[in-house]
Amino acid sequence: MTAIQAASGIADMGGVDGWGRAPRPDPADPVFKEPWEGRAFALSLLSMRLSGTNLDAFRHAMNRLDRDHYIDDGYYGRWLYGAENLLTDSQIIAPGTVEARAVNLSGGTAEEPPAPVPNKPPYAPTAAGSIRTLERAPRFAVGQRVRAKIQSAPGHTRLQAYTQGHVGTVSIVEPPQVLPDTHAHFIAENAQWVYTVRFDSHELFGPEAETFTLNTDMYEDYLEDAS
Amino acid sequence: MTSELSVNDHIPMALRTEALEQILVERGLVDPKVMDTFIKTYETDVGPLNGAKVVAKAWTDPEFKGRLLTNGTTAVAELGFKGPQGEHIVVVENTDEVHNVVVCTLCSCYPWPLLGLPPSWYKDPAYRSRVVKEPRTVLSEMGLDLPAEREITVWDSSSEVRFFVLPQRPPGTEGMSEEQLTELVSRDSMVGVAVVTAP
Repeated sequence: MTAIQAASGIADMGGVDGWGRAPRPDPADPVFKEPWEGRAFALSLLSMRLSGTNLDAFRHAMNRLDRDHYIDDGYYGRWLYGAENLLTDSQIIAPGTVEARAVNLSGGTAEEPPAPVPNKPPYAPTAAGSIRTLERAPRFAVGQRVRAKIQSAPGHTRLQAYTQGHVGTVSIVEPPQVLPDTHAHFIAENAQWVYTVRFDSHELFGPEAETFTLNTDMYEDYLEDAS
Repeated sequence: MTSELSVNDHIPMALRTEALEQILVERGLVDPKVMDTFIKTYETDVGPLNGAKVVAKAWTDPEFKGRLLTNGTTAVAELGFKGPQGEHIVVVENTDEVHNVVVCTLCSCYPWPLLGLPPSWYKDPAYRSRVVKEPRTVLSEMGLDLPAEREITVWDSSSEVRFFVLPQRPPGTEGMSEEQLTELVSRDSMVGVAVVTAP
C-alpha cells in the first residue's frame, strides 16, 4: 500500500519563512555537481517505468519524505529516495535492500532481503504525458473571479497552502490535464481544465506585503466561483 | 570507506546510488548504457543554449515572436525543441513596464527542452519559498535590482504548463546578428532572475 502524505508537507514551501537568503546564481554551476547526481537522475526516470507508476506518483513519493531526507542530500538526494519509495511500493525491491547492499559495497556484511514478487499498481494511462482533450467546455472564463479551495484531505495535491482560500482572477485557460491528486494514487486520470490564476500579492500576504502579481496554475477541482 | 558502516547509518549518496544501480542492473532491470544516455543528453545536448536560440530569433523575427507569444509550444517546436517537461510552453515577455520571474514552489518544475535541468539556485528552498512572497527583495539578493516603478509578475509552475521568460533585448545590440545575440542570452535571464546586457 502506498504511503500517503498530508496535503501540506515539507515540499509545500511557497511563502514559508525561515529559509534564509536566496543564493547568488553561479554561471559555472554544473548540471550534476557529482557523478552520483547524474546516476540518481537517470535511475529515478527509469524507476518510474520499472515501478509501473507515473510522474505524479514520483512527486508524491518525494513529498512524503521526512524533512531530513527531503533536504539534507539535496535535489537529487530526494529524487533517489523518491525513486526508492516507488520501487519498494511496487515491490521491485524489498525495504532495506539498498542499505544492505551499500554496507556490503563498503566492506561490511549485511544480509540482503530476497527480491520480492512485484506488485505494481493498477495503472494504465489513456495517453502519453499529462495533457488530454475534453468534450466539455471550461467551467471558468478569462477574467472570472475564482477562489482557491481549502484543501485538507490527505494525499497528493498541487494546490499550494499559500493560495488556499484566496481570491484571484483567471488569466489563461490552459489545456486540460490529468489531475495529480487522483493520478498520483492511481485512482483516475480525472482530466480537467487548468487555469492560470492571477493573485494580488496583498490578497495572499496582507497589506504590508511587497506589491506584485502572482500567477499560478489551478486544476478546475481546486477552484470555486467568486464572481 | 570503512567497514563500520551499518544499515542504520546515513549512507553517503554516492554509495547509496551505486548500491541501487548495482541491484537493478544485476537483476536485468536497468541498462547502464541507457542511464549514460540520459546523463549525456542533459549534460551536453539539452541546455540553455536552446532557450537562447529562441530568444535571439524572437528579437530578430517579429513574426516568430508573435507566434511564440501566442503558442509557445508550437513556436519552439519549429526550432526542434520539445520533449519531457515541455508538453505545454507559455512564453511571457519582459517589457519596460513588467518583469516576469518563474518558480516552482512545490518541487522544481522547469522547461527542460529549452533550459535543460534546473540550476542550484532554482532548487534552493530560499528561492522556492520566498520569491512568491517578496520577489523584489529576493531578486535584489540574487544581484538584480529592478527600478522601483517596474511591476513584477511571478509565475509559480504548479501544473504541467512550463513558463519561459522572453527577456528584453538590450540597447546597443541593434547591429548584432541572431547568432551573436544567442551568445548574449544567459540562462538566468530566461527564468527572470537576471536581465540581458550588451557586451
